[in-house]
Amino acid sequence: MQLIECPWCGPREEVEFHYGGQAHVAYPEDPAALDDEQWAHYVFYRDNPKGRFAERWSHAAGCRRWFNAVRDTATYRFESVYHPDQPKPVIP
Amino acid sequence: MSSSFRTPDGGRIDRSTTLEFVFDGQSYAGHAGDTLASALLASGRHSIATSVKLGRPRGIAAAWAEDPSGLVQIEEPFPEPMLLATTVELYDGLAAHGLPGQGRLADVPDSARYDAMHAHVDVLVVGAGPAGLAAALTAARAGARVALVDEQAEAGGALLGSDDRLDGSPAADWVASAVVELAAHPEVLHLQRTTAFGLYDDGFVLALQRRTDHLGGAAPRHEARQRVWRIRARQIVVAAGAHERPVVFADNDRPGIMLAGGARTFLHRYGVRAGSEAVVFTTNDSAYAAAVDLADAGVRVAAVVDARPEAPGHWLAACADRGIPVRSGSVVTGTDGDERVAAAHVAPLADGRPGDAEPIACDLLLVSGGWNPAVHLFSQARGTLRFDAALGAFLPAEELDGVAVAGSAAGVMDLAGCLADGRRVGAAALAALAVGAPAEPALPAADDAPAGLGPMTLWRVPDGGDGSTSFVDLQRDATVADLARAAGAGLRSMEHVKRFTTIGTAHDQGKTSGVLASGITAELLGIPIQATGTTTFRPPYTPVAFAALAGRDRGRLFDPERTTAVHDWHVAEGAVFEDVGQWKRPRYYPRAGEDMEAAVLRECAATRSGVGILDGSTLGKIDVQGPDAAVLLDRLYTNLMSSLKVGSVRYGVMCGVDGMVIDDGTVLRLAEDRFLVLTTTGGAAKILDWMEEWVQTEWPELRVHLASVTEQWSTFPVVGPRSRDVIGAVFGDVDVSNEAFPFMTWRDTTLGGVPVRLARISFSGELAYEVYVSSWYALAVWERLVEAGRPHGITPYGTETMHVLRAEKGYPIIGQDTDGTVTPHDLGMAWAVSKKKPDFVGKRSFSRPANQNPLRKQLVGLLPVDRETVLPEGSQIVEFRDDGRLPAPPVPMLGHVTSSYRSAELGRPFALALVKGGRARIGDTVHVPVGGTLVPVEVTGSVLVDPEGARRDG
Repeated sequence: MQLIECPWCGPREEVEFHYGGQAHVAYPEDPAALDDEQWAHYVFYRDNPKGRFAERWSHAAGCRRWFNAVRDTATYRFESVYHPDQPKPVIP
Repeated sequence: MSSSFRTPDGGRIDRSTTLEFVFDGQSYAGHAGDTLASALLASGRHSIATSVKLGRPRGIAAAWAEDPSGLVQIEEPFPEPMLLATTVELYDGLAAHGLPGQGRLADVPDSARYDAMHAHVDVLVVGAGPAGLAAALTAARAGARVALVDEQAEAGGALLGSDDRLDGSPAADWVASAVVELAAHPEVLHLQRTTAFGLYDDGFVLALQRRTDHLGGAAPRHEARQRVWRIRARQIVVAAGAHERPVVFADNDRPGIMLAGGARTFLHRYGVRAGSEAVVFTTNDSAYAAAVDLADAGVRVAAVVDARPEAPGHWLAACADRGIPVRSGSVVTGTDGDERVAAAHVAPLADGRPGDAEPIACDLLLVSGGWNPAVHLFSQARGTLRFDAALGAFLPAEELDGVAVAGSAAGVMDLAGCLADGRRVGAAALAALAVGAPAEPALPAADDAPAGLGPMTLWRVPDGGDGSTSFVDLQRDATVADLARAAGAGLRSMEHVKRFTTIGTAHDQGKTSGVLASGITAELLGIPIQATGTTTFRPPYTPVAFAALAGRDRGRLFDPERTTAVHDWHVAEGAVFEDVGQWKRPRYYPRAGEDMEAAVLRECAATRSGVGILDGSTLGKIDVQGPDAAVLLDRLYTNLMSSLKVGSVRYGVMCGVDGMVIDDGTVLRLAEDRFLVLTTTGGAAKILDWMEEWVQTEWPELRVHLASVTEQWSTFPVVGPRSRDVIGAVFGDVDVSNEAFPFMTWRDTTLGGVPVRLARISFSGELAYEVYVSSWYALAVWERLVEAGRPHGITPYGTETMHVLRAEKGYPIIGQDTDGTVTPHDLGMAWAVSKKKPDFVGKRSFSRPANQNPLRKQLVGLLPVDRETVLPEGSQIVEFRDDGRLPAPPVPMLGHVTSSYRSAELGRPFALALVKGGRARIGDTVHVPVGGTLVPVEVTGSVLVDPEGARRDG
């Protein structure tokens, strides 16, 4: 069981967390202005990289707050956690 | 039985205590400190059971968990299968019998208790042998928080089975002093009888503590028998020791054939001579100690057979002193014996081939093919291994973050080296943690190890035949012939070989057989063993009972139970309960002689004709507060909530971004900046999370806060044409007339000083009031309502009646009548979708072509034409056929039945269903296969009772 660093609570066990999919996918400014394909991309399409991936997580059984994390999908290692309003960090 | 093989003194047993036990129906005696295996051997019994496939006699082949052979079933005090005689500590009254490979689960529930504990430490040391103790002492003296776990009954590891001396005294003295010192450190957790069986991510280790197993029937019932320790360690030191490895030869499975180190352990730890006449077959120096020690204890050692061309000088002299012949450059090629081994065939080895064999009589054949470091936990941490040719063993090939290996687990095979390595690795762990000052405790001086010769790597002695009696995995009856078949079948990966031959899949998970299988396979394929490698080491290291893993999470504690404030009243009234999520909800209240159908028909009729009361406290309730509360709800509900007036109630639907319904419920506006959102019982947590997600991740600028108040407010719908009388009687200060208190409004009042909220909300189509009260006072208010309703025949009803009443009105249950592919329009709820709001979650998806398709499944009613059949929920609806027969497969499917009940009001069964283009089919007849027949059903609108809505105002 992994330890995940909640930016508010510190390291906690993975069962306390809930996965929220790809981060930095904003709700479109004006959905009505999008054509069907553009809207479908927002609703259904997400990246699925092997390697670093910016994701949303929620400390569901803890402080119940959302945060973002850069995680390596091949090693499961969390390389960075940050607040939802922060830009994706640059990791060397 | 006599203990003719017990030494007159020595060992770590308590000879003043005699324990009686029964094995295979025969009575035996042993001492406190014995294992079942040592007590049997002390009585001269080697044979335990017959093998699983071939029925060959098998005995005790090692002294601890690496034994591939001696499986037993405990009968008394409590049945437990598949335990090793070598790891069962003896207790008085033990009854057991040998197992031919398969056990039998008890047919009575296990009444013992099991639990779990958490521990968070700086350093976890696995193994309390010399290396582990040195590491633990080093860490403890620096002030680190340390856990030391060891699987044996007492600390000492390999020292327990040797006559080693430290600082000139028996090594046990140093072990005892180390244990005392560790106990004095407040931050040290030292657990014996505790096996670290799995290593997971980020320093997480599971360990099983056997707390009362060794007490047998005398175990206190209030104490947990076993405990799973969930240890989170910043640094882990694996000092798990090493397992001796046998050499494979023909007929190497007879009782009386044993690992040399095992026999030495039986002698030094339990005071047991494993036989009277021994042959020792070795490829390395370590077995000489067994030969010499057994000879000193009175065992006649007929020969030491050393496969190496030269025997080590020191040990040659020691053997000569005792008259033990040493045959170097020789091997054991086979054995004789009826049941137990009676002779070893010894032959000289020339160019890797054995010559003519000569039998040497013996009742004990000790074997040593070298040592396999116990790298299991390191390997579980995904550490890679390399084959060390000099040692003839797989060793850790890399340094891992947070997991270090020390002592013989790391290939250090002498006592002084293990002590020093433990201290070094313990200090390195401290340095990595920067905890305290890395202390370097003085280590006790071990006697100089005699200069020796390196081991020879020998996996097997060719038997001149097909290898079908040369056993690699005794428990699986798998032989060299099986490995040859695997190689011949083209298998190259050890993972495939393992599954083809089953080698390494038994209780011991290949502790003796795994590396042998790799070595022999490599030989057969003509490749180096490094190329075959090992199979993956997986948890658990030793078997763990499911009861231990379950701990206390069994029976009623398996899942939390949530009950409402009125639960005991429901129980007293004889309610039948159903699980709704974790909630226990009354399903119906049967009277004498009633089944569910009769009770529900009665409850429905009473409610529609008079008055009923429901415990609706499980409804999800979310308190939404803040200046932007209305903005948030407008964005999340399909309809407009900001226009709702304080004091009023509105029904709303929520959709996902894909436009599919995820929940529905009513919303009460409590103030300009405060709403009470009601969700379905099952959706309560999910919808709160959903709302939080949007607030936190998309619209953090909204000034709004959300809190669950589900458990704070109890909710009692009082339903039916007489409900106004009941509410009016209980809440005399409220004007309950339709004019003063219209539908979809709420009013606050008090009852005996307790605040109560009333709301005109109906989930049945009838005149109805929902009564909200703090759960502290809920039972009293409920009882007042029931009392006031008595003159009107108030009838408590459960979820089943609630479902029938709502279905008669076509009100969907989200998650039953919908499945995540259903839009509000599909439910006939276009009226609940705002056309004014520029946007809300899901809106853009409604205009996708797939959501405009007129053939989408739509919610409709179904009336079986025979007025009798209750369609099973989930039934498929198939295309109408004039001839009343199913068309050829694939039968065209129109949809499925989502809800189906018998209706008191309609006097017939009815159903709700999702049907392709359903609304256009109203009036049509379609068919539903039920059992073997096609039931014709009429498609109707979804509202079957009071479609005009005339009843809601009473």
